[in-house]
Amino acid sequence: MSAERTVVGRRLPRVDAMLQTTGQLLYADDLNPPGTLVGRQLRSPHAHALIHRIDTARAAALPGVKAVITGSDLPITFGILPVSQDEHALALNKVRHIGEPVAAVAATDAETAQRALALIDVHYELLPEIVTLEQALADDQPLIHGDGTGQNIDRTAALEFGDVDEGFAAADHTREDVYLFGGNTHAALETHAALATYGADGKLTLWSSTQVPHYVHRTLAKVLELPAARIRVIATPSGGGFGGKTDPFSHELVAAKLAMLTGSPVKINLSREEVFYAHRGRHPVLMWVKTGFENDGRITAMHFKSFLDGGGFGSYGAASLYYTGAMQTSTYRIPNYRFEGLRVFTNKPACGPKRGHGTPQPRFAIESQLDQAAADLGLDPVTIRLRNLIEPFSMTVNHLRITSCGLRECIDEVVKASDFTSKHGRLPAGKGIGLALGSYLSGAGLPIYFNKMPQSEVQLKVDRGGGVTVYSMAADIGQGSTTMLATVVAECLGLEPGDLTMVTADTDLTPVDLGSYSSRVTFMAGNAAVEAATKLRTRIVQAVADKLETVPEDLVAAAGRISIAGDPNSGVSWAEAVVLATAASGPLVESGSYTAPKLAGPYKGSGVGISPAYSFSACVVEVDCDAETGIVKVDDVWLAHDIGTAINPLLSEGQVEGGVYMGLGEALFEEHSFRGALHRGPSLLDYKMPTTLEMPRVHTFLIESEDPEGPFGAKEVGQGPLLPVIPAVANAIRDALGVRIDETPITPDKIVAALRAAGRREPARVGPTTVPKFKFPDLIRVAPPEGFTTS
Amino acid sequence: MTLRLPAFELLTPQTLEAAVAMLADPAATIIGGGTDLLPKMKRRQVTPPTVVSLRGITEMSGIHTDDEGRCVIGASTVLEQIAISTVVPPVLAAAARQVASPQIRNTATIGGNLCLDTRCNYIDMPELWRQASGHCLKDGGEVCWIAPKGNRCWAISSSDLVPVAIALDCSVRLASRDGDRVIPIEDLYQNDGIAHQTMSGDEILVELLVPRCDVRATYRKLRRRDSIDFPLVGVAAAARFDQTKTCTSARIIIGAVASAPLRATDAERLIVGRKLTEDVIEEAAQLAARPVRTQDNTDMGSRYRKWMTSVYVSRALRDLVVEDA
Ligand SMILES: Cc1cc2nc3c(=O)[nH]c(=O)nc-3n(C[C@H](O)[C@H](O)[C@H](O)COP(=O)(O)OP(=O)(O)OC[C@H]3O[C@@H](n4cnc5c(N)ncnc54)[C@H](O)[C@@H]3O)c2cc1C
Repeated sequence: MSAERTVVGRRLPRVDAMLQTTGQLLYADDLNPPGTLVGRQLRSPHAHALIHRIDTARAAALPGVKAVITGSDLPITFGILPVSQDEHALALNKVRHIGEPVAAVAATDAETAQRALALIDVHYELLPEIVTLEQALADDQPLIHGDGTGQNIDRTAALEFGDVDEGFAAADHTREDVYLFGGNTHAALETHAALATYGADGKLTLWSSTQVPHYVHRTLAKVLELPAARIRVIATPSGGGFGGKTDPFSHELVAAKLAMLTGSPVKINLSREEVFYAHRGRHPVLMWVKTGFENDGRITAMHFKSFLDGGGFGSYGAASLYYTGAMQTSTYRIPNYRFEGLRVFTNKPACGPKRGHGTPQPRFAIESQLDQAAADLGLDPVTIRLRNLIEPFSMTVNHLRITSCGLRECIDEVVKASDFTSKHGRLPAGKGIGLALGSYLSGAGLPIYFNKMPQSEVQLKVDRGGGVTVYSMAADIGQGSTTMLATVVAECLGLEPGDLTMVTADTDLTPVDLGSYSSRVTFMAGNAAVEAATKLRTRIVQAVADKLETVPEDLVAAAGRISIAGDPNSGVSWAEAVVLATAASGPLVESGSYTAPKLAGPYKGSGVGISPAYSFSACVVEVDCDAETGIVKVDDVWLAHDIGTAINPLLSEGQVEGGVYMGLGEALFEEHSFRGALHRGPSLLDYKMPTTLEMPRVHTFLIESEDPEGPFGAKEVGQGPLLPVIPAVANAIRDALGVRIDETPITPDKIVAALRAAGRREPARVGPTTVPKFKFPDLIRVAPPEGFTTS
Repeated sequence: MTLRLPAFELLTPQTLEAAVAMLADPAATIIGGGTDLLPKMKRRQVTPPTVVSLRGITEMSGIHTDDEGRCVIGASTVLEQIAISTVVPPVLAAAARQVASPQIRNTATIGGNLCLDTRCNYIDMPELWRQASGHCLKDGGEVCWIAPKGNRCWAISSSDLVPVAIALDCSVRLASRDGDRVIPIEDLYQNDGIAHQTMSGDEILVELLVPRCDVRATYRKLRRRDSIDFPLVGVAAAARFDQTKTCTSARIIIGAVASAPLRATDAERLIVGRKLTEDVIEEAAQLAARPVRTQDNTDMGSRYRKWMTSVYVSRALRDLVVEDA
């Protein structure tokens, strides 16, 4: 049975577009069951302090206050990664950053809750603040986690693939450069919010704006010591996540606990300031990279060191650390590769995953360095990249399995469309053009906690009128995962996406999907949905074939009918087919699942970077710079993205444009920066995100390399397109003004400082020059995959 | 909504006399559009028990030309109305168009803009942040964190319209129980982040009086984003030229670099009697920037804003150059 695709590949609006645009979609903060109490958290004004005593009596006595809790009410630790169970819902004995929650109240109204917080007395003993990498590496400072003094190291990594020294020895030219990627945050439009109810039946329900209902479910069970079966987590429609809602959060646990104590619904809605303190945004990463090249531009070896400032908690940091070293090899063939990485704790809000998780930082470094190397070798930026390009269906030296790869086509598209070659180095003063590449996962190869169960499951149920309901825990965070699911199921069944009923992101009703992170949902939930829908179609087509006295192979499911191939009006309607199939074989309920193939290489840390498929992108940026003010105007961005198959081109382009927007913000504006331990401006006035006026024309090209394992050949598009944007901007500024800003964001003051330095005949550059002297652990030496040639 | 206004009493007088009487109460604060005041109340920087809205006083809103040919702008006129006005000098409309964002301009009044509180990134912050940093001098604390050794507040005069109004030699009418007075707008400001205005708390700014505009004038604003952002530096310049293109009078006002708009008197003196050649402009720009002492209290560092002061003065002066016909 084969058929032309009828839904996949069409530019359809999201299935929830009308609800969303008419305001009928209910977000977490829209939920107001009768008697809802307002929950609020008291937050630490100190960056590092011991808590000696918390006196809540005055707050509890305030009329209207229904409950007051502190750290001792929720003493069990949690954290998203099994290796980083280092958080408390409310600080216990110690605070680690300004804004960490230390107590919470539930009250009848917001004013009372606010007044109650002011009546809680916390007795702190201040400790020295550790805010810089250097301070974290001093061995005489108090430990942020643990007792006594010492280096505040969260974790380290040291891996070598192939023989890097040999690779450098074989090089004609080597470069060593230092880069700094500044921290930034997600700044989703919707601030985090959660509502909890605790029924008389002893069941806890939490509605939360989260990307990971499954992990929140597990965390609630652990910290509240309730059986998971008595907890229901519903991820509400989301006003954006970008990785900022991928951890279980204090306010979710606190709302649940307060609901249990009061028996009333409790809602906590974070203020914008609180979201800046909850953070989990992009790690600031200091990077040192040494690369060896042959005269023709081919890379012989790379040694990459990254130093991550993790903030106060582990969060995803162990993974973030490895991600800063794992994917250097997935765009260019690097025959010998060494990675050393360090993540430290500091007294600042915890960093975590943001769109591109741990990979935009090294991407900025290596794409910047490639342009510099190209200039050294007299090559142009396109040539040096093409000389090193990764091959489709190949292994990397660090054991990543590359399948479909349309990177060459991506480069061709953007170079041609932008007229890069005739513009680079030849535009009038102040104007410049830059190129960069990137690649990203279509889903992390392994779940966050070790288990052998499927990473995604989908169930389908058909009612007797023909209505199909799709059940999946995939949380739509605006990326359109619900529309994607509806589209692939509709395609399999010959229906329209809008015909289906979608039940998503509810731990009671839907089978597990691990969550909306690592760009995994289209690939994994999509494949699970295809499997379920294929099973369903098989049963239905069989029933119709029996009725028509033909064989299933002669039938197609299309346009709401099961008909004989080539004769669309023949056969029976979908609804009739459903009746036939139910009569023939009972309830029409099917399920499908997806488990990634075993991909991990033979070394510790190999779980990070593996994916069943990779997306690829190429980006060209053209800028217009004011050499007096350093203000950069981005005129055009050309972005080609190998998406495998665009299940919905309209939504895919939206993801590309969103990635470009976010990338430009990180490149030029956004800075999660601190004065000591104090955030420089936890507001959207001070945290500068580009406005519509800063948004350039974006020319999007979707390259379809049809991945053999993806659903209908699809790969990811949610994160990858952001990656090359940032270095492409840096490279374009270099082309425009002759200055290198090796530090993000590339703000006007840095550009002017570099130009003034050039005027004094100093290096036309702003950026770090050294990295801390740090002794990494002994290298774990890993043999390259079989058949991989290192020369 | 998690940031809430503190409770206050709202008074809505319908006449100026009634408003003036209400303001005799020292606890009363004026509100225009509230785009500056309300966020500060939400952040608990100020918690006035009584707020007097001027919006009901019809004669305080709108733009007209008086008998002397002056353009009179009522204090309650919203910025968007000024931005699209063909009656006000084009430079004032252009400056109004560069304030904040369209939404804010539809609410914000010119009275509020001329009386805008000074700003600093140690004060215009949420409550917890200010507690964590230790409340600064302007916030009821002991020290200014920008210059802890000094005894003054360095918050910045951040209005876009004030430099233009001074460059155009405007006046303001102030009303109180003691009657009306008209003063040059330049005299309304002083270089102190806390006591940045000379008017007393019971006075109402009733209108802005713009003299007939026979000068060439311009306003140049530097900001990072083309909307929303306050000026990093704003330069208003106005000058007259004779037939030979020699400058006969000049005003150069630099905004957002001090607690009051700064008049670049040395530069003004330099250009009067000369033609605005590139050399003169460059020299004037250097002179204008010399006394500027920017602090690290808004977006971008102090060094950059000092650099940009001369760049923006020269850009403003270039705008004034009379092109050959
Ligand atoms: C995000 C944001 C961006 C902004 N960007 C800019 C900018 O780029 N440029 C700029 O200039 N401003 C900017 N502002 C500040 C402000 O919005 C404007 O200056 C606006 O014009 C203030 O007018 P208002 O009527 O809203 O003032 P209000 O908030 O009502 O009042 C401001 C102050 O003036 C006093 N006041 C008001 N009217 C009178 C009167 N008639 N007599 C005496 N005192 C009075 C009030 O008591 C109060 O202290 C911005 C504000 C925000 C929130």
